[in-house]
Amino acid sequence: MTIAANASEQESWFHRNQQRIAPWLFLAPGLLFFMVYVIIPVFQSFNLSLYEWDGLGAAEYVGFRNYEDLYWEWVDRDAFYISLKNNLIWLILYLAAIPAGLFIALFLNQTVWGIRLYKSLFFFPFVISQVVVGLVFTWFYDPTFGLLNEFLGFFGMGPLNVLGDERFVTYGIIFAGLWPQTAYCMILYLTGLNAVDPEQIEAGRLDGAKGGRMLWHIILPQLRPATFIAFVVTIIGALRSFDLISIMTQGGPFGSSRVLAYYMFEVALSEYGFRMGYGAAIAVILFLIMLCFIAYFLWSMYREEKGH
Amino acid sequence: MHSMFKRTAAALAASVALAAPVAAELTGELRIFLDTSNPAPRATMEAMIERFAAEHPGLEIETTVIDREAYKTQIRNFLTADTPDVATWYAANRMKPYVEAGLFEDVSDLWAEPEIADNLASTKGAMTIDGKQWGVPYTYYQWGVYYRKDIFDELGLSEPTTWEEELANCQKIVDSGRACYTIGTKFLWTAGGWFDYLNMRTNGYDFHNQLANGEISWEDDRVKQTFANWKQLIDMGAFIDNHQTYSWQEALPFMVNGEATAYLMGNFAVAPLREAGLTDDQLDFYQFVAINPDVELAEDAPTDTFHIPANASNKEAAREFLRFVVSADEQTEINNGANLGQLPVNAQSSVDDDKFLQQGFTMLSSNSPGGVAQFWDRDAPAEMAKVSMEGFQEFMVKPDNADRVLAKLERARQRIYDN
Amino acid sequence: MFPKPIEKQPRAAQITYQAMLPLALLLWLGPLLAVALFSVKPAADFTNANYWGMPSSFEGAFNYGQVFFNSDMPRYLMNSFLITIPTVIGCVALSTMTGFALGIYKFKSNIWIFFMFVAGNFVPFQILMVPVRDLTLELGLYNTKTGLVLFHIAFQTGFCTLFMRNFIRALPFELIEAARVEGISEWRIFWYVVLPLMKPAIAALSVLIFTFIWNDYFWAVVLTQGAESQPVTAGITSFNAQFRAAYQLMSAGSIVAALPPVAMFFLMQKHFIAGLTLGAVK
Repeated sequence: MTIAANASEQESWFHRNQQRIAPWLFLAPGLLFFMVYVIIPVFQSFNLSLYEWDGLGAAEYVGFRNYEDLYWEWVDRDAFYISLKNNLIWLILYLAAIPAGLFIALFLNQTVWGIRLYKSLFFFPFVISQVVVGLVFTWFYDPTFGLLNEFLGFFGMGPLNVLGDERFVTYGIIFAGLWPQTAYCMILYLTGLNAVDPEQIEAGRLDGAKGGRMLWHIILPQLRPATFIAFVVTIIGALRSFDLISIMTQGGPFGSSRVLAYYMFEVALSEYGFRMGYGAAIAVILFLIMLCFIAYFLWSMYREEKGH
Repeated sequence: MHSMFKRTAAALAASVALAAPVAAELTGELRIFLDTSNPAPRATMEAMIERFAAEHPGLEIETTVIDREAYKTQIRNFLTADTPDVATWYAANRMKPYVEAGLFEDVSDLWAEPEIADNLASTKGAMTIDGKQWGVPYTYYQWGVYYRKDIFDELGLSEPTTWEEELANCQKIVDSGRACYTIGTKFLWTAGGWFDYLNMRTNGYDFHNQLANGEISWEDDRVKQTFANWKQLIDMGAFIDNHQTYSWQEALPFMVNGEATAYLMGNFAVAPLREAGLTDDQLDFYQFVAINPDVELAEDAPTDTFHIPANASNKEAAREFLRFVVSADEQTEINNGANLGQLPVNAQSSVDDDKFLQQGFTMLSSNSPGGVAQFWDRDAPAEMAKVSMEGFQEFMVKPDNADRVLAKLERARQRIYDN
Repeated sequence: MFPKPIEKQPRAAQITYQAMLPLALLLWLGPLLAVALFSVKPAADFTNANYWGMPSSFEGAFNYGQVFFNSDMPRYLMNSFLITIPTVIGCVALSTMTGFALGIYKFKSNIWIFFMFVAGNFVPFQILMVPVRDLTLELGLYNTKTGLVLFHIAFQTGFCTLFMRNFIRALPFELIEAARVEGISEWRIFWYVVLPLMKPAIAALSVLIFTFIWNDYFWAVVLTQGAESQPVTAGITSFNAQFRAAYQLMSAGSIVAALPPVAMFFLMQKHFIAGLTLGAVK
């Protein structure tokens, strides 16, 4: 009897507090997964970066030695310096995907027969794995038979060994990366253009605006949400760049196409690697760079939330 | 008639006893990890495992073949988790991290058995760390210069034996519009081969080991001499262009098409060269020339090995498998020209009639007085190997950067061996 | 519309535009078409340096036959499906709930939890590499499809939560209030009221996650190692090592590996684009 009473009391307690408890019940599984696999590992990496560990034996606490080593690599213009420099180049040049995507979107933003199919086909590169993109472009740049050199040869130039020349290699890989990334930005802008207010355009036309002025003053402001998302995904893509480098050059020639993400993998898990702590230290640096952007993204989102 | 029957019976009994040294039938699962991912070696190994399986019907054998390059990174993982019972690897310093971490089984007991002790003595050193043996070899192969005999004949060249002859030959080849050597350094280790030979010919075998052990500065004049010799070849255009973009396989066509006349490589290059259409009349081999007459000739002859992980679950069957692999008959079989095309590790095995194997065998057993090295990236610690081979590649592309490269390697040496 | 609609422009401009479309497309997809061309060539064409000419014979059937019957490719493909599909289901299940919790309820830490998911989604995953690999090893899930699936579900939950939460925010809140007035329990509101409305979001998210996971390479390399568990992106590098310099087979293999997400995209194009561009329009 008392048990039953208790039960009903409990049920009613649950009932009364349902709205406070329910969100946590809904959140629990997702939050648990996310904590275990994402949030906690971030802190573990911070911790690990203070150790020296080969992944086999016991870890040895070394304080900030790993960071000190990184500092000296920076001073000596060694691998870490090159990786960081390349990351910067990636960050800047990868942004070219945004105007390029906008350009293609404007080009395709017409209603002619078959345009839908064209749009899909232009989007194609984004759906393909970066591994395949990397292979495709490795052959494109191949110094003996690559399409690029056939093309240059046609104009009496070349041959150019893009992936074998430390001056060009990073740019070559970025160019390959821009292919799918531009497709991504293009689709964002195409959708954005669909929602552009035709009345404003008409008003602009009446004011005599056209071409570049129209784009800058009337269209682009309306595309701001698309631009923001394009910016976010492009920055993230640039800082995560790993697949292409791994497939196309393995960081070579002589380490000149490394970026932090690849260097970290190389140091920690590759054939000659297994300096886990050192790898973690590199990852921490990469994370801190990303953190600037994450903070900016969150701040923008926060403002928007407030605005609602 | 009677006595003959008796003798046959006795021989039969003896051979049965030899063939089945383990009384109890092996059972359970035996998991074997292989890095022999190229089609020919893969088939060889799979056939060998099938023969082993036929002798032990009670065993359930599962073979996993992992891409050779990927294997090198994955071994650390599978030695600690999801561990197989037998795994391939490499001898000497390359197995040291795993031995020190206690991840390889001590198999000194196998090496105490007369069958192995007597017949595998020559490779025992490469398998020994701290006075114990940690695996068994299953094949080794010579390195050296594989060249296009037909092009040599066309240009009136003969096999060089001295550095002067080498340079003179190469000049003629370059003058004929070809490169002397093809090479693909994308995966770096091929440049390690060149460094090994130039360095061992300039400074000798002991110097090679001291350098690998971090006992000598990279800015030492002797190292600089090695690089100076190397630079002579690079500056005269001895190597193909763009080698930094090719894997060793992708560099083969240059030799097949006659754009390059020779390849400093391990004997495994012979199979694809033949497959690509070069006949034995076109293809020949010579030992890398002497450079410094004061040092004895020493060779690279990497040894590939089988190990039992310490975490293996069926060690009894694994040991039996190791015995099987090194047995004289199996060694003859898997190393013959139709299979691996390499040298058997068992002294009782016969070396295939193949001309390259015969030459390699003679070279290693009678014309390598200085010693036999494993290979640069197997003798030097992994981290140093990586940095240095990257430096070799940079030097081959930009020979004028030599001092910068050496300074970088010296910095790396001080950091790496310091720990 | 911008730029000026083509039908309102002179005839010459219209024709130029119509002619330029296929040309631009050809240029854009050039590298891919090259691979398609490679994949039907006989091996002899490559040894004879006939890289870009017409195939001297059509060997498509043979090359693709090699891929399907003479390599581990079918296993890799199978693995990819066995990794991708459970991940999609897991992500959708978790994120509809988290999205519901963060989109409907007002509580103090709501926005912070939401931001945690978003921030986690932006994290460079290299920083997770070593700890996640160790965790997977400890769980005994290293080199299993399960290990990979669990991680993918967890990591994608960040993005999916962002997606679902924003979608639920846009639903008419009155529906939920009306249900509450009727005394319907929260779970039932979720199940019977909100979930049916989320169908388009679920479809969009599924297609998107399918593509992301299918194309993942990094985690496949970090958490798996053999043909028994590796997805096709990692498998193709082994495949290529096996057939190095056999360009016709490498091309055929690449095409096969790339096909499923492409097919997915064409079948579910509307959902795909809706998913990608959520938030790109306000």
